[in-house]
Amino acid sequence: MAGSDPTVLDQAAQWLKDGRQVALATVIETWGSAPQPVGSQLVIDADGNFIGSVSGGCVEGAVVTEAIDIISSGRPKTLAFGVADETAWKVGLACGGKIRVYVEPLGA
Amino acid sequence: MKFDIFEQVLEARTQRKAVALVTQLANGEQRVVARDHAADDILAHVLDEAFRFDRSGVHKVPEGEFFVHIYNPALRLVIIGAVHIAQAVIPIAKAAGYDVVVVDPRGAFATGARFPEITLHAEWPDEILPTLGLDQRTGILALTHDPKIDDPSLHLALKSRVFYIGALGSKKNQAARGQRLMGAGFSEADIGRIHGPIGLNIGAQGAPEIAISIMAEVTRVLRLGS
Repeated sequence: MAGSDPTVLDQAAQWLKDGRQVALATVIETWGSAPQPVGSQLVIDADGNFIGSVSGGCVEGAVVTEAIDIISSGRPKTLAFGVADETAWKVGLACGGKIRVYVEPLGA
Repeated sequence: MKFDIFEQVLEARTQRKAVALVTQLANGEQRVVARDHAADDILAHVLDEAFRFDRSGVHKVPEGEFFVHIYNPALRLVIIGAVHIAQAVIPIAKAAGYDVVVVDPRGAFATGARFPEITLHAEWPDEILPTLGLDQRTGILALTHDPKIDDPSLHLALKSRVFYIGALGSKKNQAARGQRLMGAGFSEADIGRIHGPIGLNIGAQGAPEIAISIMAEVTRVLRLGS
């Protein structure tokens, strides 16, 4: 499966089994030289622990913050990021790509 | 994602069945579409190609905007020969997402101590390969140098739809192998499917570098088709 890392889903399954509240973030579209392909996933719990990757580090922080909100609201959301923004530049990932990420509560 | 949908995705992976998770982005509604039933879906026109090229993506149709997430069966690498190069290939293959299976009838080579954490069959390839379901998400490496073990594996590989077949050995050995396969009734086009000498020519020296050249070639064939 392109972009998907099966260990991320395994982690998600394990966290659900442990009774944790979990959100799943998936890259659904990329433009330009986005660092992670469509289908890449990040799994997040309500405490902000996360496994996986949607951008190789540039936007994970923002996705995790949104995911915690989505876990409590129960409503999925589509996020859009220009990876080459100022924040990305500061951490050295100004690759010039753009990505859309779908974040949803998992198992709810 | 509802729990039962998530379970369907996990179950499909366990059973090596290709499915697509289709999400309507406006409202979060989701369905799991099996590749075998894709023709009945409203996105049938995109699902066929999406499965074939392992390409997830967003599609806009009159019914709305949908994300199609392709969950094809895991990539799998079947290695014939529990040899030194196999030991070097395995960590790279695993890191690239392959399930690895090693087959070698020679019990002294095929030991759990030499090959931890992978599926190991200390049996003849012609006994075990038919049970594996050699499909388009599988590649085969014949690494023993021994025609008694490699040739029957290549026969079965050539009769299957595996995406990659590679065989270790010099140009001279490849020519001799070609002759034997011709004698066994395979055509030149069949034999042309075998990558040999195996791996991209990067001047590799020693098992780790050979493993890199092999996995580079496997990746090129997977992603670019040749």
